[in-house]
Amino acid sequence: MSPERTRPATLSEVMAQALAIERDAAERYSALADVMEVHNNREVTELFRKMASIEARHMQQIMSSMGWGRPEDAPPVTGWWPGGDAPESVPQDEIHYLMTPWHALQLALGAEQRAEAFFAALATNAPTEAVRKAALEMRDEEREHVALIRNWLAKVPRPDEDWAVDPDPPRYLD
Amino acid sequence: MNDVVAPPPATAAAYKSDYKPIWCPGCGDYTVLNAVARAFAQLALPPHEIAVVSGIGCSSRIPAYTSCYGFHGVHGRSLAAGTGLKVARPELTVLGASGDGDGYSIGGNHFLHACRRNVDLTYVVMDNHVYGMTKGQASPTTEPDWDNKLSPGGTGIRAFHPLVIALASGANFVARAFSGDQSGTADIIAKAIRHPGFSFVEILSPCVTFRPEQRDWKNHVHPASVEATDDPARAARRIMTDDGFNIGVLYQGNRTPYPLKMGSGQATVESLEAEFTP
Repeated sequence: MSPERTRPATLSEVMAQALAIERDAAERYSALADVMEVHNNREVTELFRKMASIEARHMQQIMSSMGWGRPEDAPPVTGWWPGGDAPESVPQDEIHYLMTPWHALQLALGAEQRAEAFFAALATNAPTEAVRKAALEMRDEEREHVALIRNWLAKVPRPDEDWAVDPDPPRYLD
Repeated sequence: MNDVVAPPPATAAAYKSDYKPIWCPGCGDYTVLNAVARAFAQLALPPHEIAVVSGIGCSSRIPAYTSCYGFHGVHGRSLAAGTGLKVARPELTVLGASGDGDGYSIGGNHFLHACRRNVDLTYVVMDNHVYGMTKGQASPTTEPDWDNKLSPGGTGIRAFHPLVIALASGANFVARAFSGDQSGTADIIAKAIRHPGFSFVEILSPCVTFRPEQRDWKNHVHPASVEATDDPARAARRIMTDDGFNIGVLYQGNRTPYPLKMGSGQATVESLEAEFTP
């Protein structure tokens, strides 16, 4: 494992990196939806499932545009994301079983913003025009997602101050 | 009837069962499950040729969450069951799974001897330095000064060093992973499965419930700056002197795996009687 994430030098490599980011995001949202389902938090379950399906659709788009039948057909992406998480993945340790759609959307917004910044930086430092163009396309897509999530956020109520209070928690720590 | 061989599944999701994991929100084990599924997909292993064998504890729930064969065994005995299975059915890919309590305390002796025997299986330990399922007791890898209600002021007992012990006991592949690094963990597990002999992967997997301070691990982990060595002395020196957050394959040995002569899978009662009855 190399300490530095490989800077993509070809279109195939940049698309492989985009695929890896979307795949991590899709799997993370799916896992988070499972967590919420177990805790019977239906609204957030539905939201995370929706996000997972959006990210999975992007995966499919990337794979079909590149002629890859499965993610494993893409060139290997090596290297290390700081902290382990790819830019578009919601940190799994920031969730709470009583979280509301507002919290979930805040996390999703952060993820999309990190992805936008990642592809913007990639475009700035692109070694070829093909890589730059692909990175800019990705950046613009992520920018659209940021706007979309902001719209969603405007439609959901802010949580009450005591949203995390549970008189009968699933696990007593005392 | 002709044998029908199912094609390997196309996606990692196909290696996960329909059961939703019952772990605390934020637990590192969720990403370990995803990484295991990805490793299987990367290797295109048919699920019916994989057995995931565990002991007892939070992490040992993992077999039920895969679509492979699984065995949720006795406390500390994932390696005992896994070794027996691999010897009897060498054509299977066997993945043992444990936590630090199950694997290093109750199953500590099995761990040593599994490393010695060097049977061709992979052992994944999700280490969070605490017994989570039983509400937060100190485990063998708990820091001696971890202050909590059950051991005020800390246990004062030196922490077990699983990687060095594995190396000293003869494990043929030694790696450290971090659950937050899902794709990196999947790659390491895939390499461990590919490597012949006993492969040991220690995965730092935070317990956000009883060790919330472990959320900070993501700010400490870093990739190993050097490639894996096949020199046990050099590997031991590196592991003994690193900061405990060095992630990657640290040792790849070339010991010959334990010979698997018994496992035709076609034994009959008569043939076993002939073998074992004087």
